Amino acid sequence: MTSQLIQGYEVVIGFETHAQLSTRSKIFSRASIAFGAQPNTQACAVDLALPGTLPVMNKAAVERAIRFGLAIGAQIAPRSIFARKNYFYPDLPKGYQISQYEIPVVQGGEVSFYLDEGKQTVRKTVRLVRAHLEEDAGKSLHEDFIGQSGIDLNRAGTPLLEIVTEPDMRSSAEAVAYAKELHKIVTWIGICDGNMQEGSFRCDANVSVRKPGQPLGTRREIKNLNSFKFMQQAIDYEVRWQIEQIEDGHAIEQATVLFDPDTGETRAMRTKEDAADYRYFPDPDLPPLVIAPQWIDEVRAQMPELPRAMADRFVRDYGLPEYDATTLTQSPAMGAYFEAVVAAAGRERAKAASNWIMGELSRRLNAGEMAITAVPVQPAQLAALIGRIADGTISNNAGKQVFDALWTGEGQSVDAIIEAKGLKQMSDSGALEKIIDEVIAANADNVAQYKAGKDKAFNALVGQVMKASKGKANPQQVNELLKARLG
Amino acid sequence: MAASAFEQMGVGELAQRLRAREVSAVELAQHFLSRCEAQASLGAFVALDAEVTLAQARAADARLAAGEGADTAPLLGVPIAHKDIFVTRDFASTAGSKMLQGYRSPFDATVVARLGVQPGGAGMVTLGKLNCDEFAMGSSNENSAYGVARNPWDTTRIPGGSSGGSAVAVAARLAPAVTGTDTGGSIRQPAAFCGITGIKPTYGRASRYGMIAFASSLDQAGPMARSAEDCALLLSAMCGPDPDRDSTSLDVPAEDFSRSLNDSIEGLRIGLPREFFGPGLSDDVRAAIDGAIAELRKLGAKPVEISLPRTELAIPVYYIIAPAEASSNLSRFDGVKFGHRAKDYTDLLDMYKKTRAEGFGDEVKRRIMIGAYVLSHGYYDAYYLQAQKIRRMIADDFQRAFTECDVIAGPVAPTVAWKLGEKSDDPVANYLADIFTLPASLAGLPGMSVPAGFGAHRMPVGLQLIGNYFGEARLLNVAHRLQQATDFHLQQPT
Repeated sequence: MTSQLIQGYEVVIGFETHAQLSTRSKIFSRASIAFGAQPNTQACAVDLALPGTLPVMNKAAVERAIRFGLAIGAQIAPRSIFARKNYFYPDLPKGYQISQYEIPVVQGGEVSFYLDEGKQTVRKTVRLVRAHLEEDAGKSLHEDFIGQSGIDLNRAGTPLLEIVTEPDMRSSAEAVAYAKELHKIVTWIGICDGNMQEGSFRCDANVSVRKPGQPLGTRREIKNLNSFKFMQQAIDYEVRWQIEQIEDGHAIEQATVLFDPDTGETRAMRTKEDAADYRYFPDPDLPPLVIAPQWIDEVRAQMPELPRAMADRFVRDYGLPEYDATTLTQSPAMGAYFEAVVAAAGRERAKAASNWIMGELSRRLNAGEMAITAVPVQPAQLAALIGRIADGTISNNAGKQVFDALWTGEGQSVDAIIEAKGLKQMSDSGALEKIIDEVIAANADNVAQYKAGKDKAFNALVGQVMKASKGKANPQQVNELLKARLG
Repeated sequence: MAASAFEQMGVGELAQRLRAREVSAVELAQHFLSRCEAQASLGAFVALDAEVTLAQARAADARLAAGEGADTAPLLGVPIAHKDIFVTRDFASTAGSKMLQGYRSPFDATVVARLGVQPGGAGMVTLGKLNCDEFAMGSSNENSAYGVARNPWDTTRIPGGSSGGSAVAVAARLAPAVTGTDTGGSIRQPAAFCGITGIKPTYGRASRYGMIAFASSLDQAGPMARSAEDCALLLSAMCGPDPDRDSTSLDVPAEDFSRSLNDSIEGLRIGLPREFFGPGLSDDVRAAIDGAIAELRKLGAKPVEISLPRTELAIPVYYIIAPAEASSNLSRFDGVKFGHRAKDYTDLLDMYKKTRAEGFGDEVKRRIMIGAYVLSHGYYDAYYLQAQKIRRMIADDFQRAFTECDVIAGPVAPTVAWKLGEKSDDPVANYLADIFTLPASLAGLPGMSVPAGFGAHRMPVGLQLIGNYFGEARLLNVAHRLQQATDFHLQQPT
C-alpha cells in the first residue's frame, strides 16, 4: 500500500475486531444471548461456572465462523483447538476465558475495499492473520453501586469471532474504510447484527509510527472503538501524540489505551509491565474442533453473493462506475433493490437507476433513518418513473415531484401522478414558439445583450420561457428554438 | 429375614428382594442409616440426611408397590452413597473442601441422576455423601477438610484416597455400593487398601457433568462395591453418552457389563509388566499378587511378561498435567459467585487472596502452585508440552503391550495402607505410591482393583487389572471368575 507520510512518519495500523455472532444461544451453553435482559437472567449453570458444569460447543457459532472464512477467502482449519486464557476477574466466572490460541478456526484471508485518494478511487487490500472463536466475559457495572461493583453475567459466554489483521493499514482513513468493509461483510453474510452501540462489533486498533524503511515502531492498542467516527478521531489523536513523543525524544512504551470521546484524547490503561501471564493451554474439556470438508461445502452452498463480487458484477454488467457499485452494495437489500429497478427499467437505464437510488432514495432513507427494505417506492414504480424521464414525457425536476408523491403514498401510478399534477412536458412546438415569441418581445434588453455576445442573457431568456411554460417545456427544445429564433 | 443380613447382600440380590417385596426400600435405608450412625467414627460420610433418604426410599417403595419392573429401574430401592465430588441437589456438595462448605447444587451430576430414583434413573436411594480428599487430591483421605476417614481393617491406618470415604463405606458395610472418582488411582487404590472391588472405566465412558473437576483430561467416575458382579450392575447404569453436557463423553452406547461375567478365561493372556514387579514392590504385596495370578492361571489364563517401559515417567508426567489442569479448574473458586468468601478484605485482590488462602487446604494450594508454574510463560514447553508428549508415548506403550496380551495385571499399590499421619508431611512419598495406577489413567484405559488377599498387618491387597479401551466387560469377567474361585472379597473387617 502506498503511504501518506505525516510529518515524515509512516502510520502503521492493525486491527482486532470482536464480532458478536448472531446465534440464538451462547457459545458453550444453551442460555439466550438476547441483548438488554434484566441482569443475570440469561446466565445458566454453565455460564455461572457452577461446580461440575462443562462447556459444549454451539455448532451455530462454528457455522458462522466457516461463513466468515469463506467470505474472506481464508483457510478453514480442519482441526482447531480451544485454549484457556487464565486470569481472575469478577465478570469472568470460570477464572479463564475459552478462546483459540495456537490453532484458530479461520486462518489467513483478506478484505478489499475502495478508498478515495485525492481524485482517484484506489483499491486496497488488508490481509487477515486469523479469526478465532471465543466466549465473551460478563459485565462489571461500577456506576450503579456505591463502593461496590455489580456483576451482570448475561453476556458471559456470548459467542465472539475475533478477527485479526496484519499491520497493513497506513492511515486512519484506511483503517476506517477497512472497519466499514468488515462491518459490511459480517452483517451481509448474517453472522453479526453489527450493532456497534450494543457492542456487537468492537474494534481495537494497534497503532504505531515509523520513518519510512525503518522497522515497525512500538505499538499502542486503542481498545473498544465503538463508532467509525471515534475510530478516526482516536487514531488521528494517537498518531499525533506518538509523533510528538518521538520528536520530543521520548520512546513509545507498549501500552493499552482508551479513547475518551469527550476530550478526544487517548489515555493509557496499562503498560506492558502489567501484562499478565495468561497461562494458555488447550482446554481439556473440549475436544479439537473438527470441521469436515462436507460441512464447509454445505455452508458454501448457502452463501449469498458477497458485496465485493456483487459490486464487481455491477461494474461489469451494468457499466456502473466503481463508486456507484460500492455504494449500491452496502447491503444485500440495497443491491437487490437496484437490480429489481434495472430488471424493470432495462439495462440501459442502470446508471439512471443508480442515480435515483444514491440520490433521492438514499437522502430520504438517511433523513428518516429507514431501512431499504421499508422503502415505500416499489422498484417497478421507480423503473416506470425513470422510463417517463427517458422518453421525454417529464423533466428530471418533474420526476422528483413524482418520486415524492410515490414516497408519501399520494399516488401509486407514475402516469396517473404525472397526469394529476400536470407535469407532462410541452411537446407541441407551436405552443412553445408562441411563448418564445412573447418572451422575446417582452425582454428586448436581454435580446440586445445576447446579440452583443453575453451568454448570461441567453440563460435568462431560457429561464423566462421555462417560467412561462410553468416548467413543462423541454429545456433542450427551448434552447434549440430560442437559438434559431434569435439567429 | 434378619435385618443384619442385608448388609451382606449384593446389589443384585437386594434389588431382587425389593422387587419380591421381601424388604422395603425404607427398611433398607433405615438399616444402612443406622449402621452409618453407629460407625460415624470411621469418617466415611460427610453428609447424611435421613429425611431426604427416606423420602427417596418411600418414592421407590411406591413404584415397587405399583409393580415397576426391572426393565425401567433395575436397582429400584437399593441404597447407594456418592463421593462428595459429585454434585447433588438433595445434599450439600463440598468436594471435601472448606471452599464449598454448605454448597447446594441446583442440579444432579449425570452419574447421580442415572443411578438415582428420578425418572430414567436406575432407582437407587441416596444414603448420603462420602468423605474424600479435598477436590480429589490425595491418596490417603487425609486432605479432607472434614476430617480423616479410617480404614475399617485397622482404624489407625488410612483407607487410601481420594475416594477414601467411598471405600470405607463399602468395606464397613455402611452401603452396599458407592460411587468414586479416579484421576490417578482414586478408585483403585482405596478399593485395594480397604479390600473391596472398584472399577474406573475408559475415559469418556461415564459423563463428567456434575463431577467437581480436578483434572479434566483424567477424571473418571466409577463404581465401588464388594464384588465385580455388583460393580457391573452399577457401571451398566452409569455409563453412556452425554453429548449435551459433556463434550468429552464418548459416543459409545451403554452396555450390559453383566452379560459376560461368567465367560471362560481359558487361554486369556494376562500381561505382567516387568516394571510393576521391581524392587519398589513390597514383598507382602508381591506375595498376594503372585497368589492371585496363580489363581487366574488355574482358571486357564496364561501369564505373559510384558514391558511398560515408561512406568516411572508416569509420576512426573501426571504431577505436571493434573496440577496444570487443576490450577485452572479451581480458578472459579474466587469468592465472587458461590462458596467461601473471606469476611474482611480491603479490595478485590485482597478478597481473592484471603478467600483462597482460607478456603483451600495445603495440598490443593501446592498443586495450584505447581500447575500455575508449569503453565507459565517460559516453562510451558519444558514442562507441560513435554509431559503431554510423554503421556502419548505411555499410551503407545500400552497399545504395544496389548498386542502381546489381553489384560494387564499387577499390584494397585506398592504397599498396604499406611498409618494415619505417616506420610502426611511428605507429599512426594505420597506421589510415588501412585506409580502403578497413574499409567492407565494417563492413557485413559479402564482399570480395576480386585481383592487379592492380605499383606503385612493383615491389611488387604488389591490386584490391578488394566484393559484396553472399552475392555470393561473383560476386566469384570476376569475379576468375577477370580471372585468365584476365591473369597477375599467376602472377608470383612471385624
